[in-house]
Amino acid sequence: MSKVIEARGLVRRYPADGSPIRAVDDVDLVVEAGEAVSVMGPSGCGKSTLLHLLGGLERPDAGELSLAGTRVDGLSETQWAVFRRRNVGFVFQAFHLVDELTAVENVELPTLLVGGSRRDARRRAMALLERLGVAEQAGHLPHQLSGGERQRVAVARALVNEPLVVLADEPTGNLDSRATGDILRLFGELRQARQTLLIVTHDARVASTADRLLTMRDGAIVAQTRLGEGTSVAGLLAGLADLGGER
Amino acid sequence: MQDVILSLLAKEPAHGYELRQRLVKALGPAGGALNPGQVYVTLSRLERAGLVEAREVAQPSHPDKKVYELTASGRERVMLWLTDVTWSRVVPLEFHLKLAAAAATRLTDPVALVDSQRLELLRELRQLQELALQEPPDSDGALLLEGASLRLQADIRWLEVCQQRLVERESR
Repeated sequence: MSKVIEARGLVRRYPADGSPIRAVDDVDLVVEAGEAVSVMGPSGCGKSTLLHLLGGLERPDAGELSLAGTRVDGLSETQWAVFRRRNVGFVFQAFHLVDELTAVENVELPTLLVGGSRRDARRRAMALLERLGVAEQAGHLPHQLSGGERQRVAVARALVNEPLVVLADEPTGNLDSRATGDILRLFGELRQARQTLLIVTHDARVASTADRLLTMRDGAIVAQTRLGEGTSVAGLLAGLADLGGER
Repeated sequence: MQDVILSLLAKEPAHGYELRQRLVKALGPAGGALNPGQVYVTLSRLERAGLVEAREVAQPSHPDKKVYELTASGRERVMLWLTDVTWSRVVPLEFHLKLAAAAATRLTDPVALVDSQRLELLRELRQLQELALQEPPDSDGALLLEGASLRLQADIRWLEVCQQRLVERESR
């Protein structure tokens, strides 16, 4: 398997009264191609900062970062921007869609930014909207869409340049239970399609869909586990059907 | 179990197999885990307790079957059960005491205890969600799974609170 993310000794400090806070404190992380990883932890544990470092939205104060074998920690802002457009897809809690553009235009944007043709951009965007079940809303502006639809459009935009990795920061944070269900199903499909995914979340439902779960505390990864193993379905079902014997 | 069987008879008399079918339908995917003999054992206990009455019905090509019906006291018991607000497992009491014991004795690290428990519940949640995806969304089974999932999420959130408290206490 090839390593899509390889981080060694990542550190990010924020200035504070007295000594600076180490928001990300000496983090090592390897994510293999096709792996879905979720990161949980209390607010302020550094999980969003870690995601920003991995996607080049913030720069580390120390440490090394390679994406698909390319060292990126030494890139200039402009080089990072170019690399990111092709290789990293972002999904945020607040969607970050351009309000003045329709759903399909939002999804086309990343392709146009890397120099794709209008025709190619439209074709890719429509194919993704179709796949994510929002093709009928292609001509709608973001404010005409429900929260769940907006997030599906945002996921389409993240996927349109076939990125090496999709980084999602609280993707269900603004969604009601039904829309969360839709997004969970969507991430399940991405996982089956072997899309490499890193999801930062406090939502246990979202976190539990990953192959591997990382727990962060005070800027460090304090626990890691594979989720697909262990517990038997039979045991779970027996627990559900336990009506307390013949009492 | 007795109350459940009684309540299934409250709509109309039924034989054992029918009752089992109704129960399996209400449980969705969890129905498969039901012990087949349990319904029959429970029915005979209920009969002895005078809560149900059985009558033999002749069938043309099969042996007679027993059709069960609620008695007046059986019906009363169903009403009591339906209106009883006792809730099962409101507090994860056993884990709470386990954690207290770990903190007091240091036989195991309480933070690690919470971590491993939380991961176990996340695994269960993952499986529940996979089961839920296979159920028709408007089925009884899906509704039960949704209940189980929300409850697990609450337990997981509580474990996160436990963890936070422990970490704060230790850093003091």
